[in-house]
Order: sequence, then structure tokens, then C-alpha cells
Amino acid sequence: MSKAARFGIVSAGIAAGAALIAFYIVSYLTVTPPVVAATGTAPQVNLTLQTVAAFGHPPHVDWVSYLAENAHGKWVHSTVLRVPANSTVNVTIYQFDTATGLRNPFWGRPRGTAGGTINVDGKTLNVLNPDLASHTFAIPDLGVSVPLKGVADDAKNQCSVAPCSLSEAHTTVKFSFQTGKPGKLRWQCFVPCAAGFPLGFGGPMQSLGWMDGYLEVVG
Amino acid sequence: MSATAIAVRPPVWRRVIGFNMLTGLALGISGWFLGGWIGGQMAVGHDYLLGTDQNDVGIFMGYLFAIIGWLVGLGFANYPIGRLLGRSPTLREHETAGWTRYFKMCTDHKVVGIQYLFGVGIFFFIGGLNAMLMRTELLRPVERPWPAGQYLTLVSLHGTMMIMMTSAFILGPFGNYFVPLMIGARRMAFPRIEALTFWLVPAAGLILMSAIAFGGIATGWTGYSPLADEGRAGMDAYVTAFILIAISLTLVGLNLLVTILTMRAPGLTWTRLPIFVWGVLATSVLMVLAAPVLVATMTMVLMDRAANTSFFLASAGGSQYLYQNLFWFFGHPEVYILALPGFGIVLEILPVFARKPLWGYRLAVAGMLGVTLLSFMVWQHHLFVSGMNAGLRPFYMLTTELISIPTGFIFLNAIGTLWRARIRFTVPMLFALAFFFNFLIGGLSGVFLSDVPSDVTTHGSYFVMAHFHYTIMGGLVFAFFGAVYYWLPKMLGVTLNETLAKIHFWMMFVFFNLTFFPLFAAGFLDMPRRVSTYAPHLQVLNDFVSASAFMLGFSMLIFIANLVWSLVFARVPALANPWASRGLEWQLPTPVPTENFERIPVITSGPYEYGVAGAPPVADFTPAALPAAGS
Amino acid sequence: MTEIVSGRIPRHGRRIIGIWLVLTAVAVPLIVLVLGPHLPPGRMTAEAASQRDANVLMTALLVPIALLVVVCFVYSFAVFRQRGEVILDGPPLKGHAGAQLFWIVLTSLIVLALAVWGSYTLIAGSHGAGGGQGPDPVAKPNGYQHALPVQVIGQQWEWTFRYPTYGGLETRDLAIPNHVLVAFHVTSIDVTHSFWAYELGVKADAVPGVDNVAYVHAHKTGFFQIRCAELCGLWHGHMAKKGRVLSSSAFQAWIAAAKTKNAAVMAYLPKYNRVYFPAPLRRAG
Repeated sequence: MSKAARFGIVSAGIAAGAALIAFYIVSYLTVTPPVVAATGTAPQVNLTLQTVAAFGHPPHVDWVSYLAENAHGKWVHSTVLRVPANSTVNVTIYQFDTATGLRNPFWGRPRGTAGGTINVDGKTLNVLNPDLASHTFAIPDLGVSVPLKGVADDAKNQCSVAPCSLSEAHTTVKFSFQTGKPGKLRWQCFVPCAAGFPLGFGGPMQSLGWMDGYLEVVG
Repeated sequence: MSATAIAVRPPVWRRVIGFNMLTGLALGISGWFLGGWIGGQMAVGHDYLLGTDQNDVGIFMGYLFAIIGWLVGLGFANYPIGRLLGRSPTLREHETAGWTRYFKMCTDHKVVGIQYLFGVGIFFFIGGLNAMLMRTELLRPVERPWPAGQYLTLVSLHGTMMIMMTSAFILGPFGNYFVPLMIGARRMAFPRIEALTFWLVPAAGLILMSAIAFGGIATGWTGYSPLADEGRAGMDAYVTAFILIAISLTLVGLNLLVTILTMRAPGLTWTRLPIFVWGVLATSVLMVLAAPVLVATMTMVLMDRAANTSFFLASAGGSQYLYQNLFWFFGHPEVYILALPGFGIVLEILPVFARKPLWGYRLAVAGMLGVTLLSFMVWQHHLFVSGMNAGLRPFYMLTTELISIPTGFIFLNAIGTLWRARIRFTVPMLFALAFFFNFLIGGLSGVFLSDVPSDVTTHGSYFVMAHFHYTIMGGLVFAFFGAVYYWLPKMLGVTLNETLAKIHFWMMFVFFNLTFFPLFAAGFLDMPRRVSTYAPHLQVLNDFVSASAFMLGFSMLIFIANLVWSLVFARVPALANPWASRGLEWQLPTPVPTENFERIPVITSGPYEYGVAGAPPVADFTPAALPAAGS
Repeated sequence: MTEIVSGRIPRHGRRIIGIWLVLTAVAVPLIVLVLGPHLPPGRMTAEAASQRDANVLMTALLVPIALLVVVCFVYSFAVFRQRGEVILDGPPLKGHAGAQLFWIVLTSLIVLALAVWGSYTLIAGSHGAGGGQGPDPVAKPNGYQHALPVQVIGQQWEWTFRYPTYGGLETRDLAIPNHVLVAFHVTSIDVTHSFWAYELGVKADAVPGVDNVAYVHAHKTGFFQIRCAELCGLWHGHMAKKGRVLSSSAFQAWIAAAKTKNAAVMAYLPKYNRVYFPAPLRRAG
């Protein structure tokens, strides 16, 4: 083998190895859940979400999760939501999970919503008993924090596999909030609802697409 | 026997079958599945494991069996089993020839040194790639292009990879290769353990990289519990990799310690010992005493995660201060595990190119030993604002500042050695001198962190990050490259291209400083470490840093290009002693014979007697009264 | 080598000292007068001021040390450089007991002085310098018994604040009164966070099960930046918000407004405590 050929082979080998490693890392970095856009037109849009106690599918059968409804009425396993700037977002969340209780009861008061209230199963509330909360929907940068009432532990016909249908036991939480200037905000559930993890705050609580998400405010 | 083995060389495909890296990988992967299945059986009936969709027992068992498979595949079980079956002991069953020996268990310390050089080097560059990807994220103050969780994994992988790999960055390649040559020995004290220490490193590196596949690591390299307790399965990879590395470091330290204490050639008194060997000796002491603490700490995290214990969970009676104290009891000596070999290298290089004896040799030794001793007494400065017993803070402030006295000795040695010298700015010398400049900034910025009022501002900010990059990257990595350019002609038998080397040096030096000096300002301007979003007014500063960091990364590509060019294409043979050094290792022919010394030499004078009228040669290589090789 | 006359040595030394003196004479006033007013964290509180003083003093002390070393090195590079291919040996100087002793004494004095001065400012001068002192502070400012307690609760990933002297009121926003000694009681209900109020000069780890106390005495009204300085998970970088130092009357008005706003949730809050262990204690589910 000539020197040049050997040099070429070694260089190509190194380049290939480096490319493989870079591919391994970058492909992990770029994984994000699909974007679900709010329906309706600015300045009034609607977001419909549901929470499930256990996703029921791989890769994490037992993880608690949010799901979002897209424009075609289909439930998407995603927490990346797109809403227009300077608009009112009307949110409807169907809650299929049972109550866990808030780690810090302070979050029992809804804040950042229109009128500082939420509508739970048709009743307007300005505070939810923290023990009844199953999850929260919080966008700290907008000051939004909404406790979500859980399904009673002894309710019949509880949902076990996502996506849940409205014929199964659930509570309905409605509220609206205002978006400001464009940007990428994050939202989060503040309830320690990750079964099996220390302090209830591992796994799905720290994973995009499950109980963590982005709110993409677009101009 | 070995002559016949070389004479009849089987075809390549035949040579890849046997105990080597490929077999190790195959058995390791099989072990992973076997262990995972066993762990699955063990988890039955334990709701806390199954409810998480993340059976930590299964993962740890998988790693355990994968490691066993890897080591068996490499042939580490052969010797103990052979001895059990009654075979007689031997020392050189693995000292084979040919390029395939680099992919096998090999007990020749020179082969292990080169394995370390390339093995650790590869992981160093992967860690560097992570840094480039991190700086890409920090180009903008918002979370783009990588989401927060993935960014944290990058941070953790970069930090953990670099700490794990750079711990053996100098002791691995150069300690293993040159300590026996410098002390006139034919091998290390424990050759099989030496091979083991290396082969644990790629296992740890691969396991750490597997964290990506298991949801990543969200804790940074420090892995603070209880954050680590609730982390995803990637934490299991972190814990396992750190345990492996800590075992490896302990054994490296033990091996080098025993070698230096017991195998010095006749006449090599403590005051004739090369200063690099003193640096290795001091580092080995630190490794033997500090690294086992890490094994214990990580095992406790493992128990918390897999066995439902609560060492670090306050709500169940544990304390995260326990973790922080244990971790930093390892972690602070670890900082000097990274610094001391660098001291040794630069003080070894300086006299050769200053053409003067090392000025204040005893002071340098005292400095290294002083750092070794004090480094065990400073760890709580990492906990100044943690709410630990506040009455202890003045004590740790004092000990932390005291450690700058022995460190200062090293600077005095350098100033004295350069004084009225005949300095030649070769590439190794440039790196050694840059070490002093960087370490000066790194060391002095550490004084801010040691002072509690100042630390209240700087703790946990980019100031800390800039500080330790100045000491580790600016110190250790510059010393490492100095050593590479100094010793590679002896190790690989080729001369590196000097023009490319000088471009590498100047780019690395300039862009290193342009990358990390502005980060002191970022820390002062309240930018915390490990964030993917930051205040928008810091964007210009961060963009400048990112641009410099990319250029710093590019300078590494120049090094790789130079290495490949010189090693594969140009192949300019190196002289036996191109630097006209008095070091014992340079008196040997290149390539160094398998047995190093035909006869064990008798050391007749110190290694730095430059300009000393009538100084005898460093050693007598043909002493009449001493035993010949092979006995 | 024999032509090297010992008489040349002191000239190098004098030149180096001369260059160093000039550089130091330029650098130190620049540091104190120009850079100093920009060093963190400002003078909003007594504690922040003590930190800035520490930063200014140390920069002014350490830059001359750095300059001395750099001047020695660069001077050697310029003067003692050997050009050409011929390798010549330098004079075989192996050390100088006097120079070594001088260096040891000098560095030891600087280090001991720094440690003594640091301990003094920490304990007596600035009463903990705004750093978290744990549940039993050793450096207590005058009148610490009457300090306004403000509890800081770190949680993934938000800060909330409780005012025990105002009925255990809990808020999302932080406000403290001007010219009043405030005792921050920092704790966490999940993992370790670190409460960093930059302009206040306060940093204290929020540790589950621990009441970490930091004192601060504000001099000026205005906004300050709150951040988390210890990695606490995914949204660590988002635990940032603005706090305010208010005049006494504005603070009372703010408290009253916050009480009204949070009245509904007050009944559900746990009794004020130094530390909290909310369920689930070990593993949820």
C-alpha cells in the first residue's frame, strides 16, 4: 500500500468515526415532540389538552402524560404548543388522572388567568383545595398557574390507556390567559405526580412531551 | 517461542478471533442483555422499580455483566483461571508484537501507554465536541437549537467525560510509558493490573455515552443528590462509569506508587529522581486515597436509586450534605490529581530547553508534597454557602489560601530556571510556558473563590467555570500537549511537523484565553453555570466566547491533522534524543526495546545537570556487576 | 560560560523591579478607580458592599502579583533567548537559599494576611457577607433578634416566599423593606437549589430539610435579580425573577395587597415552619 493510500484510508476512517459519534449525539439533541398549534384565529384561539395517569404505550407505558388535540381533532402525544402573540388563549383540559395533592399548596390558587379564576366542571373557582389537585398547568413567564382537579379515586370507568375518550371518568377545567410578545416560553406541571420516583418529581416530570413543555408564542 | 509466533503470521481474519477488543465488545453486549434479564427477574414484586418504567436494578445488572463480559473477552480471566488449573506464573504472556497488540490486553507498559494516549485522547475529543455543541446553544439567550434537557445532558457529558478522562490524561499515557524508563525499570510493578486500568477506561467511556440512550444526565458532572436520585436512567450510566473510572484511578495510583517506591535503579536517589516522577508519585498518593471515596459515594447513589435506600433524601432521614461532603472529599484532591502531573511535566520540560538545572529542585518537591497534603483539607470551600456549619468557614478559607504557598513554589522554580538561561522556544517549551501563564490566572482567580465574601457572589457562577477551565484546560491540557510534543518522538518514533505544531500552539493559546477570560466577566455579571437560557444583554459576550471556542476547537483539528500526517504519511524518523536531553528515557534507542534496558543501569548523576562542568553522564548502562536482562 | 560576570545579575533584577513598579503604579489606580465601581455586586446592601470591597481589594492585590510573575517571564524570554541551531548550556544555577526563603516568607505573609482579613470581614465586618450560614448563624448582625424573617422556598422550578410575621403569607414575588435587617430563611421542598439575589449580595443554598439563614440590610430601593445558582434539573436557568426593595410604606402596602390577592389560598397553606417535608416523602405512587 502506498503512503498516500494509507493516509487516505486513515483519514477517511477518522472522519467516518467522528461523523458517527457526532450523529449519535446530535440526533439525540434534535429530538423534540411535534408542534401542536392552537385552533381558531388570533386574537382568540383555543387549546385542548388532556392528562392521562399512564400513557399506556412504549417507550414509557406507566408514565403520566399530557396530550394535545390538533386541528383535526386528533390527540397528539406532545407538549409543544404554538399560540399567536398578544392573543387570548382559551384552554380546555380534560383530566383523567386521580388526585395526587400539591407539594406546595400555594399553587392551589389559580393565577394569571382571566379574572383569576378557573372553571371546573361548570363551576367557577378562585381556589382549588390542594388535596384534590392532580396536576397543574403553569407558564411561569406569563404568571400563569392553574391547578387541575383530579378524578375521584373511587370513580368508575377510569381511563388506562392514552388517548382517553370523554366517555371515561374525567374532570373538565377551562380557563383563558393572555399571551404577550413572541418568544419561546416553557410550561410545566408542578405536582409531584411521577409514580415511583423519589419526591415524585423524576421521569415524566422532567421530560419534554410528558409533563413538561414549550409554549411557542409566534408573531 | 515468540520468534516462531511472529514467523508464521496467520491471516488478518484469523488474528481478530481470540481474546481482544472485538470479543470483549461482543461478550459485553451479551452480558448487558443477560444482566438486564436477571435484573428484570429481581425487580418482580418491587413496585418502586416497575412504576417508573425504569428498572434501575436491571440497568445496573446489565452494566455489571457487560463489564464482566468485556473483561473476559479481553482475556483478563485467562491468567487467574490458568493459575487455578496449575499453570506456572509468568510475566510476559501478553507481550506480543504487531499492531494487533494495541487492541488486546497487553502487559508491556509501553503498549499500555500508547493505548492510553489514543484511548483517552478519543474521549477527550468527544468531550470537546460536546463543548462545541454547548457553545452552539449559548449563541442565543433562548433555548435554541437544543431543548433544556438535552443541553443539560451535554453539560453533564462534557464535564463527566473530561473529568474522568483527564484524571488519567498524563499518568495514563506518560506515567505508564515513561516512569519505568525514567527510573531504570523494565516494567511496572503490576503489569496485569496496568492493562486492567486501561481497559476499564473505554468501558467507562462507552457506558457514559450510553447515558444518551437512556434519557440523559441532568445533574452536571457533580451529580448532586437528591437530583441524581430522581434523575432518569442516564444517571445509572453516570454512576457506573464513575465507579469504573475510580477503580481504574485507584489501581493506576497504586501501581505507580509501588513502582516508584520499589523499582528505582541503583543510584537513583530521591534527589536524583526526575521531577516528573515526583509529580506522578504525589498524584498517585492522591489517587489511592481519594478515588476509593468516589467508589463509595457512587455506590450509595446506586443504592438510593436501585435499592430504595435514603442516604441522600432528607425527607426519609438522609442528608444531601453527606453527598456533598463525600463527593468533594474526593473532588478536591481530584482537582490536584489534575494539576500535579502538569506541574511535573512543565518542570521536566523547562530545564531541557532552558539548558539549566531545575532551579530549586527540593523546593519543587516540597511544593508538590505540600499540595498533596493540603488538598485533603480544603474540600468544604465548595460548601461555603450551603448552610454547613458556618463556624468552619474561616478554617477552610485559611487552608484553601494556604495551598497557594506550595503552588507558588512551582512558579519560583520556573522563574529561577529561566533566569540567565539559554531559552529555546521549541513547541514543548511553548506549551510549558503557556501553562504558567494560564495557571497563574487560574490560580489567582481561585483566591477570589477562597474568600467567603467574594465567593458569595462568584459561587455557582461562570466565574467558577472560567477558573477551573484555566487550571484544568489551561493547565493540565497545555501540559499534556507539551508532553505530547516532547515525548511523542520517543513513543511513536516519528517527528511531528513543527510548523503545524506551532500553528496549533498559537491558535490554542490565543483562543483559549479569548474563550475563557470573558467568562470571568460573565460570572461577575450574574450568569449562573449550566443554564441554557441567560440574560439577553449577555448575548454579545456569549457570542464572542462561542466564536473563540469554535476556533479553539479548530486548533484541535490541526493537532489531529498533524498527528495523522506525521504518523501515517510523512513518517520522518525521530532521532533517539532530538532535544539533547539528559533524561534517562532519552538515552535509550528509538523504538525502545521490549525489555527497555539490556542491563539495569546504574544512575550516576541527576537528570538536570546542564552546564555543570564535569558532570558525569546520567547513567552507566553497562554495569559489570549487575544482572543481565531476563533474570 | 565563563564570560558571565556576576556583576550583571543585579541589573536584570533592578530592571525587572523597575518595569514591575511602573506597571503596578499604572494598574492599581486603574483597578481601584476605573474597574472597581463596576465590580459586582454593587452597593444595594451592606453585604453587597462588603463583597465589592473584597473584590476590589483582591483584584488590586492579585494583579500586581500576576504582573510580577509575567514580567519575570517575559523579561527572561526577551533577554535570555538563545537563537540559532547550536545548543548551549546556561550557567548551572541550582537554587538560591535567600531567594527561596524570601519567596516563602512573602507568599506566606500575603496568604495569612488574606485569610485573617477574610475571616475578619466575614465574621465581624459583614456578618456572614450575605452567604447562607445554616440554621445556627455564627456571624449575627446587631439587632438580629428583630430582623424581618422572609422564608425562601425553592421547588422545581419556582421560588416562593413566606412572611411569617404577616400571618405566614406566601407569594410568588419577593419584596423586602429598605433600611430593615432581613433574615432570609432559605429551604427547599425537593432538591438542592441555591437562592442568589445578585444585587443584594445574597447566596444561600436551598437544601431540603435545612433552614439556611442569610442576613441582609438594604440601603437603596430598586429591583434586584433573583437566580438559582445550583443545578436543580431541567428548568434551572428559568428560576429567575426580579425582586424589589421597597420603602417601608410601600412595603406595607405591598403586603396588604398580597394578602388580599392570596386570601383564598391562605387557609390551605401549611403552618409556617422552618422546614417542610410535604408528601410524598419517599417514592410517589
